Amino acid sequence: MIAPEQKAWADRKVPPVTGLWMLSLALIAGGVSYLAAYLPKRAPLGPAVGLLAASAIVLGVGVVLLAGQRDFAWRRFRQVAGWTFLAYIVIAGMIEYAFIYDHTHGAVLIVMTLMLFVFMLAPPLLVGFTVARFQRTS
Amino acid sequence: MDREAPVEILPVKALPVVAVIVAALIAAIGANSRWALDFFHVAGGGIWTALDLFLGFILGPILGRLSIPARVELTKRLMPKLVLIIPVLVTMTLAAGFQLARYNGMLDTSFPRHAWVVASFAVVGVMAVIAISLLEPANIAVLFELRKPQPNPAVIEKLMRRFIFTAGITGAMQIGTLIIMTRLAS
Repeated sequence: MIAPEQKAWADRKVPPVTGLWMLSLALIAGGVSYLAAYLPKRAPLGPAVGLLAASAIVLGVGVVLLAGQRDFAWRRFRQVAGWTFLAYIVIAGMIEYAFIYDHTHGAVLIVMTLMLFVFMLAPPLLVGFTVARFQRTS
Repeated sequence: MDREAPVEILPVKALPVVAVIVAALIAAIGANSRWALDFFHVAGGGIWTALDLFLGFILGPILGRLSIPARVELTKRLMPKLVLIIPVLVTMTLAAGFQLARYNGMLDTSFPRHAWVVASFAVVGVMAVIAISLLEPANIAVLFELRKPQPNPAVIEKLMRRFIFTAGITGAMQIGTLIIMTRLAS
C-alpha cells in the first residue's frame, strides 16, 4: 500500500525541464537528419542553423527554470549529471573524430560540432534532474 | 537478520563483456566486413526490438498487476541489467547499420530508395530522443531510489510506469523500422 504522503512526494510539481530538454534534443535530431539526408552533398545550412539556435535556446530556458529551484537536491544533481557528462564527452569525442575522419570541414563542421555540443549537454541534465527530483534535500 | 546488499546501479562484472562486444563492433567497422556488419546490425536490431516489445507489452502489464514488494524485487534485479544491455544493443545496431548503409551506397542521394533511408533516420531520431530523455533517466533514477534505506514505492511505480511505457513506444516504432529495413533489403 502506498501512503498518501509518499504519493504526494512522487507527484510534487517540478518545472517542465524534461519536456524542454527533450524538445532541445528533438531539434538537434531534426538538424542532424536534415544534414544527413543530403549526404554526400552539402545541405543548405540555414535550416540546420535555425534548428541549432532553437535547440540551444530551449536548453537554456530549461537551465534557467531549474536554477530557480530552492528545494532541490543540487548535490545529487551535480554528482549524477557530472558522471553522465563524462560519459557523453567520450561519446561526443568519438563522433567528432568520425566527422573529421570523414573529411567534414568548414561551416558544416562548425554546425555539426555545435549540434554535438548541445547533444552532449542535454542527456546529463536529463539524467541528473530525473534522479535528483526524487531525492530529499534534508 | 541478514542485511541485503545495496542495489548495484551498474553491473561492473559485465563490463568486460561490453568491452569485447564494442571492440568487435569497432573491428567490424574498421575492416568493413560485410558479414560482421550484417551480424551486428541484424542481431542487435532483432534483440533490441524483441526486448522493447517484451518490456512494453508483456512484462509491463504483468508488473502492473504485481504486489508492491514483488514489483520492487523484480525492479531491483531487472533494471541494473538493462542499464548495460539496452545501450549496447542500440550502439551495435546503429553503428553497424550506418556503416552498412555507407558501404552499400544507401546514404548517397542518388540511391533509388534514399527516401526510405531518410525515413529510417527520422524514426531512429524519434526513438533516440525518447530513449535518452525518458527511458534511460527513469532507469537510473529507479536504481537510486532502490538504494535508499526506505525506497518510496510511489516513486518506483511512477518511474517504472514511465520506463515500461517508453519501452513500449520504442518497441512499436521498431515495427516501423522493420518495415523500412525489409523494404530497403528487398
